Amino acid sequence: MFRMKPVLIKPLVFIACLLPLVFGIWAGFTDQLGANPIEEITHRTGDWALRLLLITLAITPARRLFGWNWPLRVRRMLGLFTFFYACLHLLTYFVLDQFFDWDEILKDIIKRPYITIGFSAFVLLIPLAITSTNAMMRRLGKRWGQLHQLVYVVAVFGILHYLWLVKADYLLPLIHAAILLALLLVRVWYQRQSLSTRRPAPQTS
Amino acid sequence: MLIKRSDDIKPSEITDEKIYHQRRAFLQAGSRAAVAVAASAVLPGLMFPGEAAAQLAALQFKKNARFSTDEEVNSLKDITRYNNFYEFGTDKKDPAKYAHTLKTDPWNVRVEGEVEKPADYQLEDLIKESQLEERIYRMRCVEAWSMVIPWVGIPLSALIKRFKPTSKARYVEFTTLYDPAQMPGQKRGVLSWPYVEGLRMDEAMHPLTLLAVGLYGKVLPNQNGAPIRLVVPWKYGFKNIKSIVKIRFTETMPDTTWHLSGPQEYGFYANVNPDVDHPRWSQSRERRIGEFFKRKTKMFNGYEEQVASLYSGMDLRRNY
Repeated sequence: MFRMKPVLIKPLVFIACLLPLVFGIWAGFTDQLGANPIEEITHRTGDWALRLLLITLAITPARRLFGWNWPLRVRRMLGLFTFFYACLHLLTYFVLDQFFDWDEILKDIIKRPYITIGFSAFVLLIPLAITSTNAMMRRLGKRWGQLHQLVYVVAVFGILHYLWLVKADYLLPLIHAAILLALLLVRVWYQRQSLSTRRPAPQTS
Repeated sequence: MLIKRSDDIKPSEITDEKIYHQRRAFLQAGSRAAVAVAASAVLPGLMFPGEAAAQLAALQFKKNARFSTDEEVNSLKDITRYNNFYEFGTDKKDPAKYAHTLKTDPWNVRVEGEVEKPADYQLEDLIKESQLEERIYRMRCVEAWSMVIPWVGIPLSALIKRFKPTSKARYVEFTTLYDPAQMPGQKRGVLSWPYVEGLRMDEAMHPLTLLAVGLYGKVLPNQNGAPIRLVVPWKYGFKNIKSIVKIRFTETMPDTTWHLSGPQEYGFYANVNPDVDHPRWSQSRERRIGEFFKRKTKMFNGYEEQVASLYSGMDLRRNY
């Protein structure tokens, strides 16, 4: 494995996570968002929220499989950038797409399954973002870990949101689904392993 | 290819000079497009394939104001770089990127089924007897966006009259070219290829129904369905089948591609209707490309006065 100066990891990942936004703004000012810029912005922000979520969920499997520990330092940052792009995605829908037409927005959330589930995924991300500080981790103790299990629900909802809005070409949502499934299987596998190694421990009474 | 031979040349078969020139323009346009495509292949990156549209030859046509909207027309750039043509990929940017592999010259259209004169027609022969018209139509996509497009073409009814369908002909079925080498999107089974669309006979004979061979006064760019495509302005865009190679007259309702793909979501009629939602999204409003605020979608895409009578007594919720 390559070695990186630990102090550099955080700023580098921070800058990398901002690149989609920078490229997006650049594309906007140079008229490269195509004929339907609102749709393009909606897709880009949604894509990045989902990609960053999968990257965040890949950190534990990467540690187990390859012994990489350095990504752990940026896991919280990646989670928060997931939330950041999810916020941009939702704001694009509220402001650019619907222009605060709350009646239509409410109807969409209630009537359109892909919006219902996408919106639910966003709502579930909020407590995770709020409790991401060190102080909150300390305050919640054991329950912090339990609360943050919600990220798996968010991931499944996010991918269903993608799958349900597609017209006929399911390739990209299915690739995302396969990646999520693989990441979850790695976790399950290691959990089983640790359980079976723990079992032979002698019982004392 | 089938060419009917006759011993005598009837006066009606001698090409009028004007039409002759028009035909020349059409053929030259094809070869010019080929040059443009070749150039874009040699100089990748320097020329966007969509630019070939700018090099296409001009057509001779008369403007049909009676059937045209006076709304602001969308730019050629928007019309040629943002559209669905799954034969070249499922992204709306794909047709402009990949449609240069389509060869539109020569092009044959087979006419068959319940018709007195089944035959293979060369494209030029198909359109030569009709005066090309420009018609500026609204186009409403089922995905809730819309454009205003200046098509050049001929009314489908003029052709159908020449084909002389039999009394059994109740529907017209259209088929797109199937050739994965030219249409790389067909290598993936996203839809059941070839693409098939259809109209009821009275819809096909309606004066608004157009077979388009041009756009913005020039030959149709590949990505917009060259060399010949259907335009039915009161229906969702997917009814407007592109790059047509077969026209078949049938007694029974054709199995159309999107209907087969999602029977609950895409019906045979697919008339624009703000009151009947797509099961997954609302059809009450649309974004006109180039505008910020959504606008209300109109019944039959604003052509209610002309076409509503075709559907009197029909339950449009069931016949979506």
